[in-house]
Amino acid sequence: MAGRYRSDLKWSDVTAKADYVNRRQLMMGAGAMAIGGALAGRAQAQDDLVPNTWEEITSYNNFYEMGTGKDDPKRNASLLTTDPWSIKIDGMVDRPGTYDLGDILRGKSIEERIYRLRCVEAWSMVVPWNGFELKDLLDQVGVQPSAKYVSFETLVRPSELPGQRRNTIDWPYREGLRLDEAMHPLTLMATGLYGEDMPNQNGAPIRLVVPWKYGFKSIKSIVRISLTDKQPANSWNMLLPNEYGFYSNVNPEVDHPRWSQATERRIGGGLFAKKIPTLMFNGYANEVASMYAGMDLRKYY
Amino acid sequence: MILTATQTINDRLRHFPTWPVYLVGALPPVWLFYLGVTGGLGVEPIKALEHRLGELALQLLIATLAVTPLRRFTGITLIKFRRALGLIAFYYITCHLLVWLFLDVQLWSQIWADIVKRPYITIGMAAFVLLIPVALTSNNWSIRRLGAPKWRRLHQLSYAAVVLGAVHFVMLTKTWEMEPALYLLGVVGLLALRLPKRRA
Repeated sequence: MAGRYRSDLKWSDVTAKADYVNRRQLMMGAGAMAIGGALAGRAQAQDDLVPNTWEEITSYNNFYEMGTGKDDPKRNASLLTTDPWSIKIDGMVDRPGTYDLGDILRGKSIEERIYRLRCVEAWSMVVPWNGFELKDLLDQVGVQPSAKYVSFETLVRPSELPGQRRNTIDWPYREGLRLDEAMHPLTLMATGLYGEDMPNQNGAPIRLVVPWKYGFKSIKSIVRISLTDKQPANSWNMLLPNEYGFYSNVNPEVDHPRWSQATERRIGGGLFAKKIPTLMFNGYANEVASMYAGMDLRKYY
Repeated sequence: MILTATQTINDRLRHFPTWPVYLVGALPPVWLFYLGVTGGLGVEPIKALEHRLGELALQLLIATLAVTPLRRFTGITLIKFRRALGLIAFYYITCHLLVWLFLDVQLWSQIWADIVKRPYITIGMAAFVLLIPVALTSNNWSIRRLGAPKWRRLHQLSYAAVVLGAVHFVMLTKTWEMEPALYLLGVVGLLALRLPKRRA
């Protein structure tokens, strides 16, 4: 395993706080070109990583627990209470148990990670997350040698999550990763964005972020993590197996049955936003492609 | 009593011109486009505009289907306005299609692939194509030219188009949603009312 992933820029290097809160107006203003030019020099290594605004990231969400519309999560977000919060960690681990969020965060170094987020629906954002590597948590609980996969579950609480009062999905929402994916230094347990606590609609208080996979893999509001030796079920695959697989790596060459994955629309470009090409592994091929060497990515979509 | 109320309503409607319907019907796409440009449709205005236009079109198509049953069950007749409702629906569908082509998909290679490969788009396109001859013959000259029976048969294409439109909406969502299902149910119900009555 390579060493820890080091981001070579932070959101604070790219955008001043006043700007990210108000980027739309800024971009529409006369200074947009000049600022874009100034950013281009600094952000060369990570091309287009200008974070979306706080408003964009927190008002356009897929979180079916809070409703199926993109604006439902923000509207229903305040219903959810996230304190106290604990995660049950079980399965093939040395120290299983129910860990309070405070125990999980103790001793972890919270980093800023600016990642692309590519939704399977062909839209994307750039999000400045705060969090720690999932590997640090797995090391804390001790992964047994027989474990091969990690599975995750979201909170089930219909009284606070109105979307769960209907069986759109067989609750709880479930996701899973192969152990090497889970231990990868890019894989983040995110606890906030823009240096603020995680907003409820984005998966408070703690969620997964796997930037080279479609967004639905990055499960929100996690209450259970299990180590297993069998490939775990994941909700979208359970619901529509011909549309969603287990791996769900961002791949412009493998289309979703209902739309092309070759291009995407970056949120924030307004009514005349141009489509941009989708990158293999969402632009993280250098970091992750080796994990899938020799695999038929059309079959393991 | 009921009869007189119906007569009063029909009398009022008879004196109401159709041009205001066209005028008011023309406005929503313009207004929505303005909202989209100025940030009034949220952070992803393209899909929002596309979906609102599609939904408006479906609502108006359902309204045109409701005209005949409304007369049958209440006596109120809106036949005079049905052509306007249908043509405005076609105008919304055209706007919906233009937004999809030029703002949403943008790339001609993807547009053709989508029409051929994605069933919900194939179905939506089919509904649009079926409505072209209907819209083009929505005028008195065409009725005279074709003769009423032929013209009526041609305009029954709109039945198929509305069903396809509602199916297009149902197929769009990733999970089974209430709203598109209700639209489909409404369309099927309004068409079922047109089936010839079975003899006892």
